[in-house]
Amino acid sequence: MQAEIDFSHYLRNAGAGLVHLDLAVEGINCAGCMAKIERNLSTIPDVTSARVNLTDSRLALEWKAGALDPALFVSRLAELGYKAYPFERDDAETLEAQRAQGLLRRLGVAAFAAMNVMMLSIPVWSGNGSDMLPEQRDFFHWLSALIVLPAAAYSAQPFFSSALSALRARGVNMDVPISIGIVLALATSVIETINHAEHAYFDAAIMLIAFLLAGRYLDQNMRRRTRAFAGNLAALKSETATKFISPTEIRTVPAAAIRPGDIVLLRPGERCAVDGNVIEGRSEVDQSLITGETLPAMVTPGSAVFAGTLVRSGTLRVRASAASGGTLLDEISRLLDHALQARSRYLRLAERASRLYAPVVHATAFLTMLGWLAYGASFHDSIVTAIAVLIITCPCALGLAIPAVQTVASGALFGSGVLLNAGDAIERIAEVNRVIFDKTGTLTLPELDVANLAEIPGDVVSLAGRLALSSRHPVAAAVARKAGAASPLPDIQEEPGQGVYGLHEGSPIRLGRPSFCGADDLANEILCRDPEASVVAFRYGEFRYVFAVRQRSRADAADVVAELARMGIAVEIVSGDREPAVRLAAEQLGVHEWRAGVLPVDKITRIEELARQGCKVLMVGDGLNDAPALAAAHASMSPVTATHLSQAVADAVFLGERLGPVLAAVKVSRRALRLMRQNLWLAVVYNVLAVPIAIAGLVTPLIAAAAMSGSSIIVMLNALRARAREAV
Amino acid sequence: MEVLIILVPLALSLGFLGLLGFLWSLKSGQYDDLDGAAWRAIADDAPASDQGRSK
Repeated sequence: MQAEIDFSHYLRNAGAGLVHLDLAVEGINCAGCMAKIERNLSTIPDVTSARVNLTDSRLALEWKAGALDPALFVSRLAELGYKAYPFERDDAETLEAQRAQGLLRRLGVAAFAAMNVMMLSIPVWSGNGSDMLPEQRDFFHWLSALIVLPAAAYSAQPFFSSALSALRARGVNMDVPISIGIVLALATSVIETINHAEHAYFDAAIMLIAFLLAGRYLDQNMRRRTRAFAGNLAALKSETATKFISPTEIRTVPAAAIRPGDIVLLRPGERCAVDGNVIEGRSEVDQSLITGETLPAMVTPGSAVFAGTLVRSGTLRVRASAASGGTLLDEISRLLDHALQARSRYLRLAERASRLYAPVVHATAFLTMLGWLAYGASFHDSIVTAIAVLIITCPCALGLAIPAVQTVASGALFGSGVLLNAGDAIERIAEVNRVIFDKTGTLTLPELDVANLAEIPGDVVSLAGRLALSSRHPVAAAVARKAGAASPLPDIQEEPGQGVYGLHEGSPIRLGRPSFCGADDLANEILCRDPEASVVAFRYGEFRYVFAVRQRSRADAADVVAELARMGIAVEIVSGDREPAVRLAAEQLGVHEWRAGVLPVDKITRIEELARQGCKVLMVGDGLNDAPALAAAHASMSPVTATHLSQAVADAVFLGERLGPVLAAVKVSRRALRLMRQNLWLAVVYNVLAVPIAIAGLVTPLIAAAAMSGSSIIVMLNALRARAREAV
Repeated sequence: MEVLIILVPLALSLGFLGLLGFLWSLKSGQYDDLDGAAWRAIADDAPASDQGRSK
C-alpha cells in the first residue's frame, strides 16, 4: 500500500541537483538502529546523505534529483524492520523549533558574557579588600560594561518584549519586574562606574539573564520535543486519500495534498480523510468519531461527510470542500471561537504572583529611598540603596520557580504518555475537581472488538478470522484482527452487502449477515441480550456461530474512574450516543452521573452550568462534537485517535489504549502545582531574608551574586522533585 | 601592570572566539539531536554518509 503513495508533495529541492525528503520512522530507539539505517541507505547509489535524528525519530535523505524513486527508501526500511512515513513539519512545530534555537543562542551569548565578566569581577571583589588602585578598578568596571551592555541588550530581549507587551495591555507579568531590575542594575552600574564608585552590578545582571534564559530554554525545548513527537504520530497515522486524477484514473495521495474541489474515492473499510459532500454512491457510515453516535448512518448523494468517517458497506465518491457547508461543522467552529476567547482570560499562577510581587517590591524600594533620605543620607546613597533592594529582590528565583517545575513535570508526563499542547495546561489540570468523559472513542476504544470470543471455540475463531480477511467490512475486519489471522483462505468471493463465501476442505464456508448464513435465530438471541452490538454470522458446513462485535471499554477505564473518585474528583459521562449505549457503559464503569444524546451546544451548557456551581471541569473527549466542549472546559484532554480539531484544542493529548494517562496527568499536575507554590514560597523566604540586608545598605555585588545564584539553585533542585513519573 | 595591555585583549578575544565557536555549532545543527550525538561518539565507525556533511 505504502509504495503506491505519491511522494511528490513531500519532496524538497535541496539545491545543486539534490532532492530532500524527511521520513518519520517508527521503531528507532537505539544507536544500533541509527547506524544500521544510515549504513544501509548510504550504500544505495546516488544517495548523498542519510542522517537519522535519534531525538525525534526522523530520517533526512538527500539524493540526486531524478535518480531514485522515493518509495525505494520506504521499502528498504521495511526490509530492515522499520515503518517509515513521509513527513512534513507543520507550522506550529517549526515555530517552536525556531524559538528554542533563538533562546539557546541568547543563552549562549549571556553565558559567555557571564563567564568573562566573572573573570573581571573576582579581581575587583578581592582587590576592594586589599590594595587595588582605583584606576585599575575603574578599568575593570569599564571592561565589564563593554562586555555586558551589548550582551544584555541582545540576550534579554525576550524579557523586554514580553514585559512591554504586558504593559501595553495594562497588565503585569513576571517579566516586568525582571526587566526593571535588569535595566536599573545596568544603569546604576554605568553611573557608579562614571563616578569611580567601588561597586558595580554588571556580573549580577548578566548572571540573572543567563539563569532565566536557561529556565526558559529548557521549557521551550520540552515543548519543541513534544511537538516533534506529535508530528511523528500524525505522520505515522499516514492519512492518505484516493484521488481521481482524471474521471477514470485514481491515485493514492497524502491527505494533505487534497485541495477543495478534488474528488476522492472511498471504499468500504476506509476512513475518510477529508471533509466533503457525497456526489455518488450510497453507504452505511460509522460517524462515531464525529458525533459519538455508534449506530451506523446512511449517506446518499448530497450528504456531508467529515474526516474520520468510517465507510462500512458501499463505495462513495466525495467532493472535498474547504469551508464545509455542513451545518455541524459550521456550528462547531462558531462554538469553538466563542469558547477559546473565554479561555484566554485564564490567569496563570506566575501572573497572579507577579501582580502581588511587583507593587510590593517597587514600593519597598521606594520607601527605602525615602527612609534613607529622611535619615539624612545623601540623595546618591539613598538611590543606590534603593536600587540594591531592587537587584536583590530581582526575581531570579521567582522567574525560575514556575518554568523549572513546568519543564520537569512535562518531561514526566511525556514519559507517562501525555503530550502537553498548552503552556498553562499543568496548572489548569491540577485544579480540576470534576472529570467529564465522552463515551465513544474515549472511554471505549475507537476500534471494534469481538465481545463473545470466550463462547466460541478457538479453531472456529481462527478459521472465521482467515475468511474475514477477504472482506473489507469493518465488522469483519474486527473479527480478523481479534483472531490474529494472517493468511486469507483461497478462492473466496464476495457477495456485496451480504458477506463472503467459498469452499474450505470441501465444505461450504461463509461469513456475513445472519440471514446470509441462516443464523437469524442465533443473532436475535445475541441482539436481545446486547442491543448495542453489531452481529456477523459464520457458517462452516453445519456449524453456525454468531460474533457480537461492539466497542470495548478501555481496559483500565473502571480502575481509573474508581481512582479518580478516591481522589475526590467527581466523574460524569456526557455523550452524543443514544441512551441505552451510554447507560450500559456507565453501569459497567460505575459512573452514576451520565447524559446521553447530548448535542455539542448542550455539552457546553452543561460545562458552563458546572462552572457556575464552582466546579473546575476536565473534559476528556475525542469527537468533532466534543471540540467546543474541550475548549470551553477548565482543562481538556484527547486521546491520540481523536479528530484533528479536538486534538488541536485539547490542552493535552494522551497515547495508547489505556485511560491511565488521564489519571497520571491529574496526579503529576497536582504534584507540580504543589511544587510551584512551594518554589514561590521559597522565593518569598529568600526575599524576606535578603531584603533587610539590602534595606540596611549592606549589599555588595559579591553578596548579590551569591544570593541570586543560591536561590536559583535551591528552586531548581526543588523543581527536580516533579520528575517522578506516574506508572500507567 | 603593563602586562594587562596584552592579557586583557587576549582574554577578551579568546572569550569571543569561544562564543563564535558556539554560534557556529548552533547554526550547523549540532544541537538538533543530542541523543543521537551522544551515541555517535561511541559508534564503531562513522557511517559513510557523515563524510562531507555540510548541514
